[in-house]
Amino acid sequence: MKISNETIIEMYEKMVKIRKFENRALNLFAEGQFGGFVHLYIGEEAVATGVCESLREDDFITSTHRGHGHIIAKGGDLKYMMAELYGKDTGYCKGKGGSMHIADATKGILGANGIVGAGHNIATGAALGIQYKGTDQVCACFFGDASTNQSTFHEGLNLASTWKLPVVFICENNGYGISVSQARHQNITDISQRAVSYNIPGITVDGNDVFAVFEAVSEAVARARKGQGPTLIECKTYRWRGHFEGDPTVYRPEGELEQWKKKDPIPRLEKYMLENQVMTQEEMDKLNEKIDALVEEAVDFAQASKFPDVSSAVEDVYTDIIEEGRSR
Amino acid sequence: MRELTYGQGIKEGMRIKMLENPDVFIFGEDVGLFGGCFGVTAGLFEEFGEKRVRDTPISEGAIIGAAVGAAAVGLRPIPELMFVDFATVGMDQLVNQAAKMRYMFGGKLKLPMVVRLPSGGGVAAAAQHSQSLEAWFTHVPGLKVVYPSNAQDAIGLMLSAIDDDNPVIYLENKTLYAVASQVEDEVKPIPLGKANIKREGSDVTIITYGKQVYDSLKAAEMLEKDGIDVEVVDLRSLYPLDTEAIFESVKKTHKVVIVSEEAKRGSYAGEVAAIIADECFYECDAPIKRVCALNTPIPFSGNLEAYVLPNADDVVQAVKSLF
Ligand SMILES: Cc1ncc(C[n+]2csc(CCOP(=O)(O)OP(=O)(O)O)c2C)c(N)n1
Ligand SMILES: [Mg+2]
Repeated sequence: MKISNETIIEMYEKMVKIRKFENRALNLFAEGQFGGFVHLYIGEEAVATGVCESLREDDFITSTHRGHGHIIAKGGDLKYMMAELYGKDTGYCKGKGGSMHIADATKGILGANGIVGAGHNIATGAALGIQYKGTDQVCACFFGDASTNQSTFHEGLNLASTWKLPVVFICENNGYGISVSQARHQNITDISQRAVSYNIPGITVDGNDVFAVFEAVSEAVARARKGQGPTLIECKTYRWRGHFEGDPTVYRPEGELEQWKKKDPIPRLEKYMLENQVMTQEEMDKLNEKIDALVEEAVDFAQASKFPDVSSAVEDVYTDIIEEGRSR
Repeated sequence: MRELTYGQGIKEGMRIKMLENPDVFIFGEDVGLFGGCFGVTAGLFEEFGEKRVRDTPISEGAIIGAAVGAAAVGLRPIPELMFVDFATVGMDQLVNQAAKMRYMFGGKLKLPMVVRLPSGGGVAAAAQHSQSLEAWFTHVPGLKVVYPSNAQDAIGLMLSAIDDDNPVIYLENKTLYAVASQVEDEVKPIPLGKANIKREGSDVTIITYGKQVYDSLKAAEMLEKDGIDVEVVDLRSLYPLDTEAIFESVKKTHKVVIVSEEAKRGSYAGEVAAIIADECFYECDAPIKRVCALNTPIPFSGNLEAYVLPNADDVVQAVKSLF
């Protein structure tokens, strides 16, 4: 598959954006600038990037608790994301959601999700909506290895395959569900095997190789657009940080993280780009600086924004009913 | 006496029974190697081994369901769900299976199991990790429900819950895990259905449990300055309910405020109010008040969350409205 330089540069930009946003968020969290549960995606950037680069603006995604990367890759605005991490009223969810619940309906982002496994069926439902309306959109469903032990995984794949729905299931296999390694949570190593039970294509790719992800997902998206149903794509990758910020990661075998850091998807892509004259070092540096500035702009925006007025707490529960105010 | 945190109390209750009875065992997500998301089971994996302290896959249906099956064949499992919010995922196993099997089968089975469910807000965990869902469980015939507020009660209620031959929902407030309090050297089981008068008073009864015990005691102190003498009843056990203790207190004070962290609509607090209205209406000389959270999901942002959840000031206001 020939991938244009333009696409490669776009993917590079997305990956760096995710990395820099996350590194900044990590430091801000450590400084106590905001609280809550923050699950970082550092190390897994090639997955979200390769997937979302295969999608159109009008396609949908469902995300997870570890959603920042998906949202950035699908076109989320760093300013509104950072403001949401701070719980500010300019944030994507007006401060009601926080890191775990960022959504942007205008970009087809059907939401990060705090319930492990909730996305499988929601993505299937979005695909049902697409099929019903007869458009050629698709929905990509992100989920972790450990979520494939929820009944929703099996229900969603079964329904999607039976009804030939335009959904692409993206398993981010980072080897763990919190502290429990894959070998301790399921008796298989390749989650793509599970596609067999639903008679759909299932493939495993190197999730730290953005080209491999892009190619596999592009093919699956093409099938889905043609009405040929879902695909299960397993991307093997690794999270560098703890499960959430503050996790002491006692469960990691010594040396495992270091091994994976050698497979960092970003330098890998940089090397390719330099060797194939996609970009010069100087151009890359410039792009990096531009992204640094974007991240700083997001932090400034978030810090300058105000916290939501408490009266907003009772809004958005329904479209039409606003609960009586602070009457207990 | 000695000092223990609430979390340590929960663990001690489980540990005593595990030492005593090899049929008692624990399983749940990250309860083993990791020691539990809130550290409650820390050290038990090392002490009792993987057979009795098991990490499960992320499968709440299987966690509750496996507890039902294991209990049905004679074990006394203690499944843990990481957050009460995830009970939704295992709800069929809890509501249609655990709660009903004994009755449907004409009393042929016993299901001794204790389901541990960390509850409540106040930790910026947002809408899907902060709920107070006790009304769902108390609504279902076949389930018992307890909710300790301190280390001593955590131990005593755990001992009774594990010995009970019925499914017991053991709710824990996650803001209390690190709160230390004095505990007797040897804690006796606290029978399910026994409330605890945390503070005696003659002017008004506050009925509460869990974290709101602290808010209510704080409110009682504030009200004392205004010359209002408050009695605070910690229910500890939501079902069975110590109606005797409630009625006795109401007959003394003639005024009642019920405090819980639930969304007010359809709350367990409403059930307590209804029971008092049914049985004790003529003893009340003011409306029965509930202080609960607003009827919204729990928001992320700190100021919104604080606004939605009830606090000591809300309790003070509610009490004052009765005078
Ligand atoms: C229904 C449910 N159960 C448990 C959790 C707690 N939890 C949050 S993330 C997580 C691990 C998820 O692992 P995986 O799906 O592999 O995604 P990863 O975190 O590795 O990206 C767990 C157990 C939850 N949020 N929802
Ligand atoms: Mg994982």
